[in-house]
Amino acid sequence: MAGLHKSEFQNPVINWIDSRLPVFTMLQKEYGVFPTPRNFNYLWNFGALAMINLVIMIATGIFLAMNYTPHATMAFDSVERIMRDVNYGWLLRYVHMNGASMFFIVVYIHMFRGLYYGSYKTPRELLWILGVIILLLMMATAFMGYVLPWGQMSYWGATVITNLFSAFPIIGDSIVTWLWGGFSVDNPTLNRFFSLHYLLPFVLVGVVFLHIAALHITGSNNPLGIDVKGPQDTLPFHPYYTIKDSVGICVYLLVFACFVFFAPNYLGHPDNYIPANPLVTPAHIVPEWYFLPFYAILRSVPDKLGGVLLMFASIGVLALLPWLDTSPVRSARFRPIYRILFWVLAVACVVLGVCGAKPAEGIWVVLSRIATAYYFLHFLVILPVLGKFERTLPLPESISRAVLPTGGGGPLPGGAAAKPMEKA
Amino acid sequence: MKILRNAAAALLALVVSHGAVPSTAAAAGSEIKFPPQIWSFSGPFGTYDRAAAQRGFQVYAEVCAACHAMKHSSFRNLAGIGLSEKEIEALAAAVMIPTIGDDGQPTERPGIPADRFRSPFPNERAARAANNGAYPPDLSVMIKARPGGADQMYALLVGYTDPPAGVTVGEGMYYNKYFAGHQIAMASPLSDGRVTYADGTRASVEQMSRDVTTFLAYIAEPEMEQRKRMGVKVVLFLIFLTGLTYATKRKVWADVH
Repeated sequence: MAGLHKSEFQNPVINWIDSRLPVFTMLQKEYGVFPTPRNFNYLWNFGALAMINLVIMIATGIFLAMNYTPHATMAFDSVERIMRDVNYGWLLRYVHMNGASMFFIVVYIHMFRGLYYGSYKTPRELLWILGVIILLLMMATAFMGYVLPWGQMSYWGATVITNLFSAFPIIGDSIVTWLWGGFSVDNPTLNRFFSLHYLLPFVLVGVVFLHIAALHITGSNNPLGIDVKGPQDTLPFHPYYTIKDSVGICVYLLVFACFVFFAPNYLGHPDNYIPANPLVTPAHIVPEWYFLPFYAILRSVPDKLGGVLLMFASIGVLALLPWLDTSPVRSARFRPIYRILFWVLAVACVVLGVCGAKPAEGIWVVLSRIATAYYFLHFLVILPVLGKFERTLPLPESISRAVLPTGGGGPLPGGAAAKPMEKA
Repeated sequence: MKILRNAAAALLALVVSHGAVPSTAAAAGSEIKFPPQIWSFSGPFGTYDRAAAQRGFQVYAEVCAACHAMKHSSFRNLAGIGLSEKEIEALAAAVMIPTIGDDGQPTERPGIPADRFRSPFPNERAARAANNGAYPPDLSVMIKARPGGADQMYALLVGYTDPPAGVTVGEGMYYNKYFAGHQIAMASPLSDGRVTYADGTRASVEQMSRDVTTFLAYIAEPEMEQRKRMGVKVVLFLIFLTGLTYATKRKVWADVH
């Protein structure tokens, strides 16, 4: 029996498998008894929600791909065929379409949660950077997915965004031709975007796996932002957080369902129900709502290359955040000044989003410049300096002392630790 | 809980600010506001007014179809506005559909319910040639393809007036209050009594516009009634499930709080 895993599962079949491939032991360790800070609020649901959302996107996407035709002359018609003739095709497409928006809502809240509670700080720097990579992959996937219906916004959005690369000196134009597979956005572009739109979600799954693997090394942050001191500070993941996440999933599905069944096109643009026409440029080319803040940053710079660089920098700066924020205190709860500035940043992001939807003229240019300036000021100047001067509030001694009425310190309440094992 | 409240407020602000986007996007293009109408199909429980949609189909068939295609829809879709199988078969059979004969030569055959509505022109160029260079767009998803939706379609159809003083309309163009730029290549398609309704409804321009808009709304979203019915069930179920899950959560957490 040498080399076999010593499985503790009683069921003979599970024991047989687990001895040879300890997936059950792993699940039990990572999602059963996994020690999780006992003081999560509902904002800690959003990681699980993002995971669920990714699964929904892949599941609906696979079935959509069975009915979709990636060809410039047939893509629009094939999407309408899905909407009208494929059994529940409208449901699949509306779930997928609104699922993209839900994904960004969930991930943006997840990120702002991390910003508020300092989840990016040591030892979770790599975890955070993997998150930034996930965001980039999501953006690329969403952008290419939006091109597939081959409506007016698909076509012109693709034209505008791919043309950004032409801003780079010398190699810019060659990059754009290479991206297009020709000399304009056309059938080869549509084909490669379809291929990549199918590929990237699986890359996303891989990076999400690394994100979770890294999370399970460091353990989760918590609303107090202090380290777990011992078992009295934690609860087993199951059943406490499986059930708490389930509550969040239900509410999330409720919001999702309201969009899908009652306002499926609310977050979309009506122009995308007009077939792509290279000869007619829409009056206003706007990206999907989740790109609007970045679009505003792009347009806030009068120079094309400068705008492109600043837009990429707005995400790049997030990757550097663990080193830009010099405060040793994680949670904004104990950082009175940061707590205010966090909301100023949130408002700046919303302002950028609104500016991105407006024509680049008049007051909107001024507003987007101010908001862009503040965005970078927040990360590049305020955070490094603030950490040195801010008088933080005293941190609680431990999670259990802060959240338990008895002050904690004692052993786990009766049976709490034993419960998950009963399932095995 | 403060953070939750703040986050909810921020989310609300985001939703509200985004809600302002479509109307201004429409306004930015044309600065035109479409008078809001009351439609049987709006709201979470809305359904298509069958009688209006059937009258609207008559307007489409006798007026619009002369120039506008509706190529994503089939005759069988008319079942959704209450036409019987027999009626649909008869309607389809009355239309000749281009096909390739056994001898390999182009020919025509009578339509069947599964056929798409026949387009009035073989291609875009033929359509432009017959319409003074303008291309009458396909109407299959027209209601979804305009920011004002059904309100915009209705406004356009009733929006033909004489140009205001000082405005000259180009050769072969017509003045319309609700068209971007106010010059449209389509002549006013409707006039009082343009069609004769079998049910005795007076065929005023407003009545026909309202009817054909209802029909085109159905054609744009034939799944809408099923979607909303399903949505009501799904939402009720999820509210129930949320309640159960929350109660379970309270029970599970009771011993650690």
